Amino acid sequence: MAQSRRDFLGMVFGTFAGAGGLAALYAMKRTWDPLPSVMAAGFTTVDLSPMKPGEFRTVTWRGKPIFILKKPPEENCNHLPDETKKRLVKVGDAEYLVMIGLCTHLGCIPNWEPEKKIFHCACHGGEYDACGVNTFGPPPRPMDIPPFKIEGTKLVLGEEGPEYKKMVGKA
Amino acid sequence: MKELKILFIIAVLVGITYWGIEPYAHSKMHPHHEPATFAYADLKPLHLKGDPKKGAQAIMNNGCTGCHSIASQHIPAPMDPVAASASYGVRPPDLSNIAAVVDHKFLANFIKDPVKAMKLAHKFNAKRAFPMPNFYGSDQDLADIVAYLVSIAPKELSPKEAFETACGRCHNVRYDKWTVIGEKPKFKTEVQKADFELKLAKYEANLKKYLGTTPPDLSMFIRSRGPEYIRDFVEDPQKLLHGTAMPRVGLTKEATEKVIAYLEKVGDRKKEKRDKLGVWVLLYFVIFSVLAYLWKQKIWRELH
Amino acid sequence: MAHFTKANSLHEWLDQRLAIDKLWKVLAAEYWVPKNINFLWAMGVVLLTMFSILVISGIFLLMYYKPDTKLAFDSVNYTIMQEVWFGWLWRHMHAVAASVVFLVIYIHMFTGIYYASYKRGREMIWISGMLLFVTFSAEAFSGYMLPWGQMSYWAAQVITNLFGGIPFIGKDLVVWIRGNFYVSDPTLTRFFMLHVLLMPLIIMAIIGLHFYSLRFPHVNNQDGEEIDFDAEAEKYKAGLKKESKVIPFWPVFISKDLFVLGVFLIFYFYLVFYHYEFAMDPINFDPANPMKTPPHIYPEWYFLWSYEVLRGFFFPVGSLSAMDMGLIAFGIANVIFFALPWFDKNDEVAPAARRSGFFVWFWLMVIDMIILTIWGKLPPTGFNAYIGYVAAVGFLALWAALPAVTARKKGLLGFVILMTLALYIAGYMEYAKTLGNGIVIVALFIIFYALFFLNPVFVRNRGGAQ
Repeated sequence: MAQSRRDFLGMVFGTFAGAGGLAALYAMKRTWDPLPSVMAAGFTTVDLSPMKPGEFRTVTWRGKPIFILKKPPEENCNHLPDETKKRLVKVGDAEYLVMIGLCTHLGCIPNWEPEKKIFHCACHGGEYDACGVNTFGPPPRPMDIPPFKIEGTKLVLGEEGPEYKKMVGKA
Repeated sequence: MKELKILFIIAVLVGITYWGIEPYAHSKMHPHHEPATFAYADLKPLHLKGDPKKGAQAIMNNGCTGCHSIASQHIPAPMDPVAASASYGVRPPDLSNIAAVVDHKFLANFIKDPVKAMKLAHKFNAKRAFPMPNFYGSDQDLADIVAYLVSIAPKELSPKEAFETACGRCHNVRYDKWTVIGEKPKFKTEVQKADFELKLAKYEANLKKYLGTTPPDLSMFIRSRGPEYIRDFVEDPQKLLHGTAMPRVGLTKEATEKVIAYLEKVGDRKKEKRDKLGVWVLLYFVIFSVLAYLWKQKIWRELH
Repeated sequence: MAHFTKANSLHEWLDQRLAIDKLWKVLAAEYWVPKNINFLWAMGVVLLTMFSILVISGIFLLMYYKPDTKLAFDSVNYTIMQEVWFGWLWRHMHAVAASVVFLVIYIHMFTGIYYASYKRGREMIWISGMLLFVTFSAEAFSGYMLPWGQMSYWAAQVITNLFGGIPFIGKDLVVWIRGNFYVSDPTLTRFFMLHVLLMPLIIMAIIGLHFYSLRFPHVNNQDGEEIDFDAEAEKYKAGLKKESKVIPFWPVFISKDLFVLGVFLIFYFYLVFYHYEFAMDPINFDPANPMKTPPHIYPEWYFLWSYEVLRGFFFPVGSLSAMDMGLIAFGIANVIFFALPWFDKNDEVAPAARRSGFFVWFWLMVIDMIILTIWGKLPPTGFNAYIGYVAAVGFLALWAALPAVTARKKGLLGFVILMTLALYIAGYMEYAKTLGNGIVIVALFIIFYALFFLNPVFVRNRGGAQ
């Protein structure tokens, strides 16, 4: 009897001590978490209205370059196979190409060459067409689309709006 | 003997690995290019002999000093650096030392057609003119101007002076307090400091607009690029980095060596000390090993 | 309370209180090591010296280093390298030692494999040693970030990105590790903490464990001979030094080690002063720039082999992308050496030269890892991709074959070789784009991985001659 009581007490004490340890572990994990200010800075708002047709801009979102290309009305991406056809974002009455400007091969930053209408990556010679789809070299897939939401003429990067969900097939 | 055999095998394996990841891999990553000759063979040589006096006159007549200062001849700059950069993108060089760093053939060709000499046709064309116009005078005028610039150039330039004339209007060297608008002075007040920094920021912004990119600070280039690369790059930037905004500046071999000497002094100023101390440290460990060997022999003799 | 008499000397005074004579005997003067050894047995002392150099030089670098993305680069390259007295020396010593220490670790490790010093009671020596390899890797990776140059930045970016390949939690895990969405100030400060405090503490503890794990099974010797250490020690103490098969650590063993150490330090300091580019990549003297990738990104040389195992898989297999296939192999490559004692199905402790099958296996492994290392640095374009694949599959195949090799199961070994060749052919057809990722390659990989995981479990231990 005394034996089992001591066991019971020991187990209660052990559990209690363990719970304290777990709580401390939780605190340590939280300390490693990104700060609230960092999380809040994870959104970038871009006003698209001042852009001219054919204009190319790079903005920074979460430390990554985001390519924005306003398509002239005569250009589109309809020649693409079905699953990539939806790469253009319609804001107002114009269409925009919005994508993360990192080569999907090893993460270099490709160059936009407006005369040839291609993106060229100097690292290993990868090329993408004016829709951001890989056409030559080692890149395994088109450049990625960042999560975005449309608010009037503004684009909010970092939030998943209905247009984004539709584009990547999440809706 | 067995131990020497083991050592030999390890040395061979380490040697093959080293060769593969250093010389071989780097030769694959950086395609071979011809080393710099500083001949500027694509440019037409200048055969005419110039007259410095007529050259001085030609400089005045052609309005060169409307943009360029010649400090050594007491001709001041018409604009301060920030205003000049707002107009031209970069402040036009002072001409006092120019012939001491730039190849004379290059200089003549440059005055005649700057974009061609600098190999910047991909940046400046009919749509976007280079700030300095082509020279449409006679070849004799050209020879006179070059002769004049040569006559006023100092015989001997310090590495730092060579750097300032050749590179200093686009590149900062923060480890030597050099900025694109001149040496950073000692500030007496916060206002002076803020004023200088504002000027610098404005100049840098104009420069970025002009070149499409911010030229890198060169403080550590001697370690990040090494003398060979700098030498070959300066002689013909397009050859090593196609499409770069950096123009061919036409330095002579001597001036390039001075620029390299300056960068070494700024970015690797302990090199001499390192080279000297290394010998002593190695000598120490040679003696250490000899003594260790003798001690080991003495102890192990009674074991076998 | 024990009885203390008046001490006649400082030595006696300390001995009364700390038993320093006994401690010295246990640790050095009567710590017995076999006599039948070669200079490869000195690598432990060389490693301990390199670690000490790293700690000491690190302490002085710490006095001037500033862990802040705005200040780090200049605090290293200007303050330490150009202003501080001998700052450049500490930096060069630290950087070169960090690189060279891995060369010695690899030699130490392959010495252990060659002489079969990982089995029959020596498993904990092997495991604690592998733990040191892993913690040294973490220490090297975190330290490489601190100068905040271009390679620091992009290596950190690429390597932390790898965690994104872990199913379900990957993306959040990457952000959690970095403390931001990309490698930035919080990343630098936390890796600084890891590098200067937590990892060194852990490493020191494991070094203690590694030494302790040697005490019961004792150090192996050139012939794998089982020695009665107590009896041989008695012989030595009785003055039969020539007949005894053991020597004391102090002064006999250490006298040889110090000579090897001296020669090694000549080599090391030559690198420190005159040949440091391999350890201090020129690209890292460009300040970190998140908006500009260097044209070639590669890890330090000692990570190249596992990096190439990751890159070697260049085509998708079934629903797994090339990256997933690479990550699986990479994950295996990083832990597989821990399991060596259980992949080896032969109890015999003998140098590889006396175990014919294992001898071939050993040298194939060395050659394969050298090929992986070299191709890990070459640009992965064109035919290099296929060579990387051959070497990466070869690495896994060698492990899949090891139980069959050591247990002398010729049929099973033949099957493993057959499967490997089939994978080589199928991989070549993927490279030439004639196979097109069909059911064949999926089936081949399933069989291959089945062999890899089942062989060490089901192949019976062969025992082995004594």
